[in-house]
Amino acid sequence: MDTRVRPKLRVATTSLAGCFGCHMSLLDIDERLIDLVELVELDRTPLTDIKTIGDCDLGLIEGGVGNAENVEVLRTFRHHCKVLVAVGACAVNGGIPAMRNSFALSDCLEEAYIDGVGLYNQGIPNDPELPLLLSQVHPIHEVVKVDYFLPGCPPSADAIWTFLTELLAGKPIGFPYTQIHYD
Amino acid sequence: MPSQLETASHPQGLKRVAIEPVTRVEGHGKVTLLLDEDDHVQQARLHIVEFRGFEKFIQGRPFWELPVLVQRLCGICPVSHHLAAAKACDRLVGVDQLTSTAEKVRRLMHFGQILQSHALHFFHLSSPDLLFGFDDPVAHRNIIGVLDAHPDIARQGVLLRKYGQEVIRITSGKRIHGTGAIPGGVNKAVSASERDLLQADIGQVVQWAVDGVALMKRLFGANAAAFQRFGTIDANSLSLVRPDGELELYHGGLRARDATGSVLFDHADVADYQDLLAEQVKPWSYMKFPFIRALGPEAGWYRVGPLARVGNCDAIDTPLAERERQEFVAMGQGRPVQATLATHWARLIELLHCAEAIERLLQDPDLGGRDLLLQGEPRRLGIGVIEAPRGTLFHHYEIDADGLVRKANLIVSTTNNNQAMNESIRQVALDELDGRRLTEPLLNRIEVAIRAYDPCLSCATHALGKMPLELELLDADGAVLDRLRKRADGNIVDDGHCSAAS
Ligand code: SF4
Repeated sequence: MDTRVRPKLRVATTSLAGCFGCHMSLLDIDERLIDLVELVELDRTPLTDIKTIGDCDLGLIEGGVGNAENVEVLRTFRHHCKVLVAVGACAVNGGIPAMRNSFALSDCLEEAYIDGVGLYNQGIPNDPELPLLLSQVHPIHEVVKVDYFLPGCPPSADAIWTFLTELLAGKPIGFPYTQIHYD
Repeated sequence: MPSQLETASHPQGLKRVAIEPVTRVEGHGKVTLLLDEDDHVQQARLHIVEFRGFEKFIQGRPFWELPVLVQRLCGICPVSHHLAAAKACDRLVGVDQLTSTAEKVRRLMHFGQILQSHALHFFHLSSPDLLFGFDDPVAHRNIIGVLDAHPDIARQGVLLRKYGQEVIRITSGKRIHGTGAIPGGVNKAVSASERDLLQADIGQVVQWAVDGVALMKRLFGANAAAFQRFGTIDANSLSLVRPDGELELYHGGLRARDATGSVLFDHADVADYQDLLAEQVKPWSYMKFPFIRALGPEAGWYRVGPLARVGNCDAIDTPLAERERQEFVAMGQGRPVQATLATHWARLIELLHCAEAIERLLQDPDLGGRDLLLQGEPRRLGIGVIEAPRGTLFHHYEIDADGLVRKANLIVSTTNNNQAMNESIRQVALDELDGRRLTEPLLNRIEVAIRAYDPCLSCATHALGKMPLELELLDADGAVLDRLRKRADGNIVDDGHCSAAS
């Protein structure tokens, strides 16, 4: 391994309207996590307590855009990251959360908070602390420019590993067939 | 009384402090504090700012999709949703008792899931607070810091999680969002070579689990007085138990105890959960607040998860975990252990139980059997309840004659802990923050209390500042994709999204 001191690449990750499975798949690189932290430094991610993103080389986005905060966070990530990646079906095309797009938002809210089973004190939550919901869940490329798309629900740990190591090595990224084969 | 901090009597003019996003939890949440001019805390709330609408958008879908569709609620404990939905679907296809192979393969999958989730939570997310202290610098207070300072501990955590994920892969086909459980059974058994693969490492895994409990006991012992007090609340508790009262994670009856340990109900049929529990809606959170009906919304909230389960059961049927349980409950001197930070300890006892239970199951020849699937008289209503890593999880589906979903109700584990988490942060706010100038380490204490519950808040974030009353979503070229307004009455009006968006 090259022992010259090279500045580590700074990486941030976030989850918007997703299930966190893509982050879990990243952790599924298992022991390779120990190698990864030799190569990169983590900025804002759910694994650190850094709450505001700083300037980063790479941003990984899980999840689509379903509310005003998602928009805000996504734009901030785009602003601070040289390379931005849509990780997983939700970020790439909206995924399962986008299934709500075939219903009116008000119907979804009413089902959960007014017409649902065994409810008390029904009403749609509307506190100013709650971010405004969008009527549709959008893939992230509809809101910001995206540099890479990594499909899968979630992309496998091996696919994420291939992506990260080849990107960090400055190589063109190519996947073996097994890593882009889905069930 | 912590509950007094739910709503400030005069919010006008109070200072607002937000912790957002709450970090080192799975998913994103937000805490807001309102303080008066002397820095006394007047209000403390944990908000869940995310809404996805599963209960609506699965309407009209064929029921057999549910185990793979609904597990996308959560990528940390997908197996729990996969299995709770499968259990509900077993009822829909008229199967009350699975073949022994199907049941054991599912149990193995579930033990793998709890093992990996508990390892992830303790080692990757919470251990920095416990190993380094709550005041450790932000840049260091994470798993990378643990890898640096305690490489053996971090490595054990990574490998424990890996083992659990491998159990899941072998039983469900994939580490995340597998497909092994289907209505009425499973679609594959465990082959001899797969069993050998898992057997090779299980001895080591049990040993690491033993070490994990010992580590947590050491950490708790070193700070006993502080840990006993920190965020501690008097809560009711709810969990599944076996007919003989022992700890049960996959299938059993509901037991609830009050804060003193008296049984409120026992061995209740999960199909009657609606008679026992209801959910309160509060305008400031998308997460509902469940409560025990008989006690009402004020007094009926409860705790689920490791602390509730280990305290609720009469015994654990694996020897090493049972020994640890006895030592743990002795701490309560006849009352349930209520120390919020003891949840970590209980979680590691469960992790040890799962490792032992996997070791035992791997010796069972039924795992490799051929009878995988049963079918019975179709039904229209299916309720499936399971103990997920974070606590009791309810899935309830009603279908029509064509097998399409008509109605769904999901009470996820973290929702069951909603009020308990809020009470714990209020207790911390009163004990540790009240009247002091807020600093980052003090705010971290709020998160330490939340982390003890291992909440799965899923994903949403919130920016500081005032919410826009009108929102336009523009695409990268500045074209309007979506426009929403919030009216003065709080209702959200959709001004229509442009066709370009769809
Ligand atoms: S792509 Fe799949 S795994 Fe990733 S966040 Fe979306 S639902 Fe979860």
